[in-house]
Amino acid sequence: MRWLLLKDLQILRRSPLQAFLLVAYPVLIAVLVGFAISRSPEKPRVAFLNEVPAQSRVSVGTTELPKIGVSDRICERVECVHVKDHAEAVEEVSSGDVLAALILPADLVDNINSLSTPSPRTPKVEVIVNEEDPVKARLVNDRINSLLTQANLVIASQIAHEGGKFVGLVVHGGQFTVLGQAIQILGLGTTTRILHAVRATLAPGGLRKSLNQVLRFTALTKSNLGTAATLLTRISRPIAVDKQVVNASTPPLEVFAIAVAATFTLAFVTVLLVAGSLALEREENAFPRLTRGLVSRSALLTEKVALGVAVGLIVTLLMLAGLAIFVPLHWSRIGLWLLAIVAGGAALGTAGAALGAAAREVRAVSLLAFMVTLPVAFLSLIPSGTVGPGLYNAIKVIAAIFPFKPALDAMTAALDPAGPSIAGALLHLGILIVAYGLLARLALRRFSAV
Amino acid sequence: MNAGTGTGVAVLEARELVKRFGEREALRGVSFEAAAGDLVAVIGPNGAGKTTLLSILAGISKPDGGEVHVPEGEVGWVPQQASLYRRLTVEENLLLFARLEKHPDPQASCEEMLELTGLAARRGEIVARLSGGNQQRINIAIGLLARPSVLLLDEPSVGLDPRQRARLWEFVVALAAERGTTVIFSTHDIQEAERYGKRLLVLADGEALFDGSTEGLRAAVRAEAPEAASQDFETAFVSFLHHRGH
Repeated sequence: MRWLLLKDLQILRRSPLQAFLLVAYPVLIAVLVGFAISRSPEKPRVAFLNEVPAQSRVSVGTTELPKIGVSDRICERVECVHVKDHAEAVEEVSSGDVLAALILPADLVDNINSLSTPSPRTPKVEVIVNEEDPVKARLVNDRINSLLTQANLVIASQIAHEGGKFVGLVVHGGQFTVLGQAIQILGLGTTTRILHAVRATLAPGGLRKSLNQVLRFTALTKSNLGTAATLLTRISRPIAVDKQVVNASTPPLEVFAIAVAATFTLAFVTVLLVAGSLALEREENAFPRLTRGLVSRSALLTEKVALGVAVGLIVTLLMLAGLAIFVPLHWSRIGLWLLAIVAGGAALGTAGAALGAAAREVRAVSLLAFMVTLPVAFLSLIPSGTVGPGLYNAIKVIAAIFPFKPALDAMTAALDPAGPSIAGALLHLGILIVAYGLLARLALRRFSAV
Repeated sequence: MNAGTGTGVAVLEARELVKRFGEREALRGVSFEAAAGDLVAVIGPNGAGKTTLLSILAGISKPDGGEVHVPEGEVGWVPQQASLYRRLTVEENLLLFARLEKHPDPQASCEEMLELTGLAARRGEIVARLSGGNQQRINIAIGLLARPSVLLLDEPSVGLDPRQRARLWEFVVALAAERGTTVIFSTHDIQEAERYGKRLLVLADGEALFDGSTEGLRAAVRAEAPEAASQDFETAFVSFLHHRGH
C-alpha cells in the first residue's frame, strides 16, 4: 500500500497547479466562510440630517428633560454621513452611496412636547430609502425600524423617569422649581398627617365625618399613585427578557468560525483528492491490472482514504496554525484536533471514495464532488429557527448523512475547551466511515468492468 | 473445428467457456489450450468475443459457464489500452509494478525491463510524452514484470505505425522463441495474425470457428469457400466467415 501512496504523491507532485488549486481553493473558501460567519455586519452608511434646533429640549409639562442625545445614539449604531439639506440626502440615497437617509425635521421636538398638551401632534421623522432590490429593501426597513425603536425607547424612558419624579413629589412631597423659584410641595403623606391632627380636634359628626372621607381619599390616592410610579418606570421597557440558555455548548463565534473554515478545507481536500485519485486509476486503465492480485480492492480504497487523510491533515493543521496568529487557539488540545481531523478526514475520504467509484472519470468526479460537498456544507450551517420545522428536519437528515456536519461538530468540540465531548461526533463519523466504505466497495464492482 | 496444440504440455486450458452480458452471449462454449512457447492469434470481426476471452483468461472477469486452468500468478496481461500511469516516468512505472509484484530487487527487475524494451535511455521521461508505440512497450514490460509463463496481449498493435508495429512484434516473437513464454494475442488484422501467429483461433459471434495453423485455415477456406481460395487471405477469410453464417 505504501508504494501506491508514494505513486499518488508523485502524481500529485507532477501536477503542481492542480495540487496548488486543490489546497488554495478550499483554503480561500474556508477563510471567506470563516470571516463571513465570525464578523458582525458592518455599520450601514446612513445619510443623516438633523434640522432640530440645537437648543430644543423635550419637556414634560413645564420641565425640560435632560439632553437625550438621540443623534449621537443613532450615529453609534450606523455610520452617519452628515448632509446639509434634504436634496443632498436624496442624492446620496439615489447614488447608492448610503443605504438610506434619516431626517429629523425642525419641528420634531415641538411635536414631541405637544404630546403632553391638550392638542397633541404626531412627531415624525423622514426616511428616504432606495429599494433597488428586495433584499436591500428588507435590510433597510429592518435597520430603520430598529433605529426608531431605539430612539422611541430612549425618549419614553426619559419621559417615564421625569413623570415618576412628579408622581413621587405628589406622594412624598418635596421641592419643585418653577421659573427659577423653588416651591415646597406638601405631598400626600404630610397632608394625611396634618389632616389626622386636625381631625383629632374636631367633634364627632359634621366636619369630622367629611374629613374622614378626605382621609380615605388621600390614602387611596397615595396607594394608587405609588403603583403608578412603579408603572411609569416600567413603561419604557414593559417586558423584561429572562434568557435561559438550553444549549450551553454553543462555542464562541470565533471558535465556530475557525471550525467551519477548517472543516471546509478538510472536506474539499479529502473528498476531491480521494474521489479524483480513485477515478484516475480507472481513467489510466490501471485498476484491473492492480486488482488482478497486486492489491485488493479494500486495500486500494484504504490507500486512497489514507492519502486524503494525510494531505487533509497537513493542510488543515497549516490552516489552523495560520488562523492561530489572529485568534488564540488552545494548542494544548492538539491531540483532540488531530483526532477530529483524522476521524473527519476518514469519513469525508470514504464518502469521496464512494463518489469516485460511482463517477469513474476524474472530471466528472471533480464536478460531482463540488456539487455534493458545497451545498451539503452550506446546508449544515443553517441554524434552527431560520427555516420552517419540516424543511429544517429534512436539512438535518441530509446533514447527518454526509460527513461534513459531524466533522464540524468534532472540530468544534476539539477547538472549544468549554464545548461538549467529542465522543458523539466521533461515533457518528465512525458509523459514516463504515457505511461509505461499504458503499464504495460495492461501487467498485461496477468500476472494474473492462 | 481443428484442435490445435503447441509442441509441449498445455500450460493453459479453457473448456466450454460461456459469457453473457444480459441477453447477449459474448462467448458460446469456447474451448482451447496452449503449450509453452505457443504464439496464438485470436482473430475475428468486431464483437467476436476476443477481448472477453482474454479478460476471462486474465482473471479480470468470470465466465458464466465452463472452466479455465492457468498457472496461478503466472499469467501476464496487457490490455488493449495501456494500463500505466502517464504522469509517472518510465522508470517510476516499472519500479512501482516491480514493488507491487514484490520482486526481491525491484531496481534490478526495472533495469531488466528497460533493457528488454530498449527504453533505458528514456527512463526518466514522463510516459505521457512518449509515443503510443513506446507506451505500449512499457505496457507490455509491466505485463512481463510478473515473469509470466503465459502472456495475454489484447490487440497490442492498435494505433501503432508500421515501424513501431514491426519493433513490437520482433519483441513479442522473441519472448515466445527465446523465453518459451506462451503468447496469446487478439487482433482483427488478418495479415498480422497470419504473419506472427503460429496458431490461429477464429472467433465470430462468441463461437470458436477454427483453431489451428495458418495453413490449416487456408485449407479450410479452400474446402468451404473454393470461389475465394485464390484471392488474398483476408478476402478468403471473410468468405469463410460468410459460409459459416457470420
